[in-house]
Amino acid sequence: MSYFAFLAEHGTTLLLGTVTTIKVLICSMILYVIISMIFGLMRLSKNIVIQGIATVYIEFFRGTSLLVQLFWVYYVLPFFGISLEAFVAGVVALGLNFGAYGAEIVRAGILAVPKGQWEAAHALNFSPGKRIKRIIIPQIFPIILPPAANLTVELLKATALVALVTVVDLTFEAKQINSITWLSAQCFGTALLIYYFMARFALVPFLRWLEVLAAKKVGRGKA
Amino acid sequence: MDMGFRWDFAYEILPQMLLATFNTIIAAGVGYLIALVLGLFFLLGQRTPFKIINIINREIVEFIRSTPLLIQLFFVYFVLPQFGITLSAWVCGMITIGLHFGTYLSEVYRGALEGVSKTQWEACRALNFSTIYTYRRIVLPQAFPIAIPGMGNYLVGIFKDTPLLSTIGVAELFHAATAVGGYNYRYLEPYTMVGVIFLILSIPAAMWVRKLERSVNEAQGKIKQ
Repeated sequence: MSYFAFLAEHGTTLLLGTVTTIKVLICSMILYVIISMIFGLMRLSKNIVIQGIATVYIEFFRGTSLLVQLFWVYYVLPFFGISLEAFVAGVVALGLNFGAYGAEIVRAGILAVPKGQWEAAHALNFSPGKRIKRIIIPQIFPIILPPAANLTVELLKATALVALVTVVDLTFEAKQINSITWLSAQCFGTALLIYYFMARFALVPFLRWLEVLAAKKVGRGKA
Repeated sequence: MDMGFRWDFAYEILPQMLLATFNTIIAAGVGYLIALVLGLFFLLGQRTPFKIINIINREIVEFIRSTPLLIQLFFVYFVLPQFGITLSAWVCGMITIGLHFGTYLSEVYRGALEGVSKTQWEACRALNFSTIYTYRRIVLPQAFPIAIPGMGNYLVGIFKDTPLLSTIGVAELFHAATAVGGYNYRYLEPYTMVGVIFLILSIPAAMWVRKLERSVNEAQGKIKQ
């Protein structure tokens, strides 16, 4: 079978899988950004309990393998009466895992904001909440976006793992087609190319655009 | 069926799990060694004076870095036999991990070489040292400490990615847990134990890498206040 015949027959299936992969990516991206903001701030809290919770969470999720976490959420949580749908389990595991890495980025970003900014906000009698929200957070974006962009590309690659808990994404479809047709080179090669194009020509340009936007917002962009 | 964690069952499967842990450690170690060597090749491809090789090398590295390790594993495992090369799951897994992380390690090496100040090169030039001598005696001894933290991080990274090998049938820890779980129809204990074993092994390793990083920074006089 020629490659074009292969694409004509299985192309739509692979594209449908790609749509699911994009859905998983977007949902887990939103979740991980929220989690990393919360835990990044908690990690810097002066309250030892809050800081302890954040440290344990971060060390736990960075210390174990994503695949183990994914299987734990999908196969073990039902033992405790929490049954999640495969898609939700995948998004939750990805969000929790990458949230732990993201929290460290956020923490480093907050620490990188010059001390004078904190002092100035203090001198102007801003409340602690307002200080964080209006002065510090807007300034961390240009600092954290480059490492966060790397992390997000890693996230796109990691979404492939949700196929192993039966989410019907690109990887799952490729595996399925492979087991029916045994055209391994075609189906896995196509899947690799789709992931590559998604990363290189969609996700990375989007993240670069965000970086430029964030730099402009605080007046550091190129005029 | 019993709810909650059954300690007797956990104790019963412990020997099996520990044996599989040994396999995981071997897989991570061998994969890491291959990655270290392949990283050097990618680095060479990047630094040769031939533009064409630079570009090809960069595109290959970019491609490997932006596609999932899981599908790369499937690709190597299922596609090579079509070309008459039949390798065992172990060999396929080691090659793929080596290739995948080799691209990351080449970046670590590059960063380390660029971390050596340009004036060092100029001084060697002024002293009329040969390129090889400059690398061997001046540049590499300074670049190596810079590379250590990055190299350590990827060792931990490879260790945490070894469970993926179970998908092509390498009998490592996660594979053993799935097998034990399927046999007894209890996944709680095996998967929890895998998590705990990973924590026990990777947290000290990560702490050790962080300590190395600090001591390297201190030795280079770049102490953070």
